Order: sequence, then C-alpha cells, then structure tokens
Amino acid sequence: MSDNDRDLEDTPAERQAPHRVIGTPAPAPGILADPERGDGDDGGKGTRPYGPGEAEAPELDELPAENPNPVSARNWERVAAALFIVSALASVAFIAAYVGLEVGGDTKGNVVVATLRSNLALGSAMALAFLAIGIGMVIWVRNIMPPVELAEERHPMASPKEDRQAFAETIIEGAEASQITKRPLLRRTLIAATLPAALAPLVILRDLGPEPKGSLRTTVWKKGTRLLVYGTNQPITPADFDSPGGMITVVPEGYQDNDEALAKATAIIIKMEPGQLQVPTRYDDGADGARTLLNSMNWTVDNIVAYSKICTHLGCPAALYEQTTQRILCPCHQSTFQANTGATVIFGPAPRPLPQLPIATNAQGYLVAQSDFQEPVGPSFWERG
Amino acid sequence: MRWITARRRRPLFGYAAVLLALVAVGMLYAAVTGVGGSTASAGSGSSSAQIAEGKDLFDTSCSSCHGLDAQGSSVAPSLIGAGAAAVDFQVGTGRMPLKEIGAEAAQKPPVFNQQQIYAIAAYVASLGGGPAIPTDQQVSTAGADAGNGQSLFNANCAQCHNYSGAGGALTDGKYAPPLTNATNRQIYEAMLTGPEAMPVFNDETLPSADKRDIIAYITQTRAEANPGGFSLGRIGPTTEGLVAWLGGIGALVLAAMWITAKRREERTGDHG
Repeated sequence: MSDNDRDLEDTPAERQAPHRVIGTPAPAPGILADPERGDGDDGGKGTRPYGPGEAEAPELDELPAENPNPVSARNWERVAAALFIVSALASVAFIAAYVGLEVGGDTKGNVVVATLRSNLALGSAMALAFLAIGIGMVIWVRNIMPPVELAEERHPMASPKEDRQAFAETIIEGAEASQITKRPLLRRTLIAATLPAALAPLVILRDLGPEPKGSLRTTVWKKGTRLLVYGTNQPITPADFDSPGGMITVVPEGYQDNDEALAKATAIIIKMEPGQLQVPTRYDDGADGARTLLNSMNWTVDNIVAYSKICTHLGCPAALYEQTTQRILCPCHQSTFQANTGATVIFGPAPRPLPQLPIATNAQGYLVAQSDFQEPVGPSFWERG
Repeated sequence: MRWITARRRRPLFGYAAVLLALVAVGMLYAAVTGVGGSTASAGSGSSSAQIAEGKDLFDTSCSSCHGLDAQGSSVAPSLIGAGAAAVDFQVGTGRMPLKEIGAEAAQKPPVFNQQQIYAIAAYVASLGGGPAIPTDQQVSTAGADAGNGQSLFNANCAQCHNYSGAGGALTDGKYAPPLTNATNRQIYEAMLTGPEAMPVFNDETLPSADKRDIIAYITQTRAEANPGGFSLGRIGPTTEGLVAWLGGIGALVLAAMWITAKRREERTGDHG
C-alpha cells in the first residue's frame, strides 16, 4: 500500500491516518507509514519503510494507526466522549454543590446533617468526575486504539562499561588535579570543618521545645483541691455520691477548663457497696531506698475511691466501669483494672495499676484531694524509672 | 461441584465470585444489625389497690427468683430499695422477667402492659423507697442543651455506649446495649438506677437538667440522617474499615480485571 518514508509532509501520511486527533504526538514515520502492519506478520501487505542501514527506529513499525473494526471503534468513541462530558458536568456539579450547599452558621436546621449532605454531594460529584475520565480512558485504550500487544524490553540497570570506566577516570583525574592526596593538611582540616556542621542540626532539634522536666511526674492536684464533677463543675459530698455502683469523672477545682492540666489530672471516683472496697497498702521501693505509698485504704472516703482516668498503657480515658464486677476497662486496648483492689491490672497491655488519688473530706464536707498522685499518671516515659 | 469446575476458568467466573463475596458480606452485615421497636407511656399514681395488684403480679412472675418478699436469692438481687424506676426500666424494656440466666439480660418485647408495670413498680417502691419513675417534665428535652449533653455523654457514657450510642462490648460476654430504641424515660431510668453492669448516675452528682441534656444529645444524634444512605451501624472505624477494605478493594479488583482483561478474539484475530 504504502512505501512512505520519514517525510511527514507527504500526503500519503495524511491519507493513511485521517483520524489522528489534534494534540496527540506527531506521527512517527513508522506508525503512519504502514497502518496495517501488525506485529510484523503482515503477510507482505506493507513495505518496509526503512532501507538497509536506516534502522534508527525499527520498533515503531509495530503499531498500526487504525482499529481494524472502525464501526465498533466509532461507537465506543461516542461512549468515551459521553463519559468525558459526564465528567465535565460532574465537576461543574462539584462547584455548584460547594457554592450552593451552605454548612455555615446561618444554616437552617441541623448543622451536622447539612455538613453530611454537603460532604456527600461534594464526594459524589468529585468521584464521578474522576471515575468518568478514568473509565473513558480505559474504553479509549481497550476499544478504540488498535489492538496491539507491546512488549517493552527493560534497560539493563548498570551503565555501559565504557561509561563506568570514563566516570572512574574522571574521578581519579579530579582527585589528582585537586592534589587532595598530596596535601594532608587541607584534607584533614576540610574533614574537621564538616564535623561541627553535622552537629549543628542536633543542637537545633534539642531546642524545638521546652524540656518536660518534672511536668510528667506531677499534676495540678494539691492538698485541699476540691473534686468537681466534670461538665457540671459542682463540688460533691459523700452524701451526694451515695449510690453504690456510681461512677463519675472528676476534675480539680480551678482547672476545670484547662485542657492541658486536665490531660493529666482527670480522675474518676467510684462508690462501692460496703465491704467491696479492699484497697491494699502498696509501696514503691525507689532506687534510693525511699518508699512511696501508692495505694491505701486511708485514701478512700466512705467506700469512695478515686483513680486516674488516664490509662497507663497509652493514655486513653479508662472509664468503662462495670459496677457488677468492679472492673475499669480502657476502651482503646481493653486493659482491665480491678477497681476495688487498687486498680490492679487483670487483663490487657497496661503495665501498671491506675494511680490512686488520695481523697478526704474538708471541713464543709466536700470531697478534696489529700495530695497529688503519688506516682506519674498515664503512659510510661523514658526517664520514669 | 462439577458444574463449578466446568465453569471455573470462564472469564466471567472471576467477576461472579467477587460479586458473590460482596453480596454475602452485605447480607451478613444486614443480618447482624437488626432493628426492633418499643415504646412506653407515662403517668402513674400509686394506690393500695395498685400495690396489691403489683404484689399479685410479683408473686406469680418475679418471686421465683427475687423471693416472696423481694429479698433476693442466690441468682437474683434483693429488690428492697431498688425503686420504681428500676422496675419500670427492667420490665418496660422486656429484660425482666428474665428468660434465661446469662451474661446479659437481653432486651425483648415487654411481657406486661404499662399499667401492670406501674403496679409492680408501685409494689417494689412500697417495700423501701428507691428512685421513683421520672416525670414527663424530667425527661422532656424541650429547651435542653444537646451540646452540654454531648460533653457529658463523651465523658461518662461513650466509653461503653459508643459516641453515637451504638453500644459496645464489655467483659465476659456482657455488653452495653445500643440506645437506638430507648425512650427518653428509659434512658433517664438507666442513668438513675444503673441496670446490670452500668454505673449509677444519681441526681445529686448528675442533676436532672444534665440528664435531660444527655437525652437531648442521644435523641438528636440518632435522629440525624445518614446522607450516604448507610449508617454502617454508626460504630465508626470498624464497619467503615470493613466496607472500605472489602467493598473498596473488591471494586478495585473488578476494575483491574476489566482494564487488563483479554480482548475479544475477533479483534486480535484481525491482525494476528
């Protein structure tokens, strides 16, 4: 049919690839020269475009320009085009949904529902916009482009031997020209110059924030701090909290709105049936021989016991209390603490019991802290010991 | 079996297998999340006739476990001082009379009508006080602050009942039930009396107004629409992750199969 060449201006090229889309790459000679040439087994219909010694781009001649089934290709072209138009409309719908569906303060009705609806509209429109393009592209490749299987050879990972040799020679030449091997003073001082530069980032990193110092070991609870019910911010008396099986979250008075303080200081108090509460006397023998009291029945008031709400595993709020079994569970990793015997760990990954907050009543009868927690609350940290 | 082996290598079989798996997961999910319904009406005043009726009902239906004088037994707690609110909750949600002793008394359609429940409640209350059934005004959410309710709910309830009230698991087979069907009064009574493993939140520590705020949060949250069409149980990352992994990856597998599927024979035959 054709004996065309690399000359792109030739009319035969135009004739043989009349449907080339504007914007696609310029026709390579091999492609346009011989559309019916498949994978080389073309039965001699095509003519080899390159003469001997002109084999610059022989691999290109495997791609025919036309789908062998033009009717089907045209139908699929319409489908793909329709999908692209759908995508464009969906993008317009995305913009319309963003502008049209208000979720701000003056929204009528439920703000949460308005936000959910807006998210749904935005997400659906965007998904449709991208999906339609993607499906259209796949249809294009599968049903419109000529059906050819291409195998592309991988390049070897290593550079050719000559290149590697040349590179090594360049390095050696450069080393000789710079005299770095001959001048040890320069070489050593240069190495010395890089060391402090490498250390500089460490210093900067060290200064990223204040050291925690002792802040991980203490909370804001002090002797006499009243326990306030979280949320209502009311102090409580043992007479108020008199229903066995009761459990409530408490915060230190004066810090009820201080999230940073509450992150460590939040506690729960539990009221038990008479006889249920049997907190053991437990000490921590420090490295220096000092003994710290960690649990005591003297830290409870009228069958009311207070524990840190911060799980000793990873710091989740451990306040899932089963009054029938007196177990405190952490909802994150199911660490289970036995509340009536000092919040000892009976299951799960927590390494230590929940710290007990020593409580008492003050002169007015309100529940107050006897002191801060006697051990650090929450998860382990490096220097905890 | 031979039918399957004969067709296993057909190209459509892959699609069918993935589709079947997706449908199976969906049906399993629907089976797990069933819904029911229960309601309760309000109002009761106790008279000696009502107490007598309650004692009759108690003797026939409750005393085998709780004892003829409601003093309790090895399998059931004493009800002296339990209060009318506890009876209204336990019997009104169908938990009592207990069908079988297990980790958790399951919710089921109530055995008694509301008048009978009030009679039993009046009888139990006459044995020794306890929290009374909350009034309509106490459980009304009119003017309640759902925002404050959310804060209190997150601090005290969400650990067990999940932030949207969908419930959750406890130890040894116990569970915190979903709050989807609970009436305002039942929610109030549960807080007041601490049924089963639930802690007690009495009116002194958690005042009536705050309980109303919590009820407002629960009712408002569960009334929210599911604009996506699926609530996924509202239990958050577990079902969302399951759907994303099974549904999403299933869709990706289908898409990958479609993209890379061999084309029809007549096409390749043309030039081959």
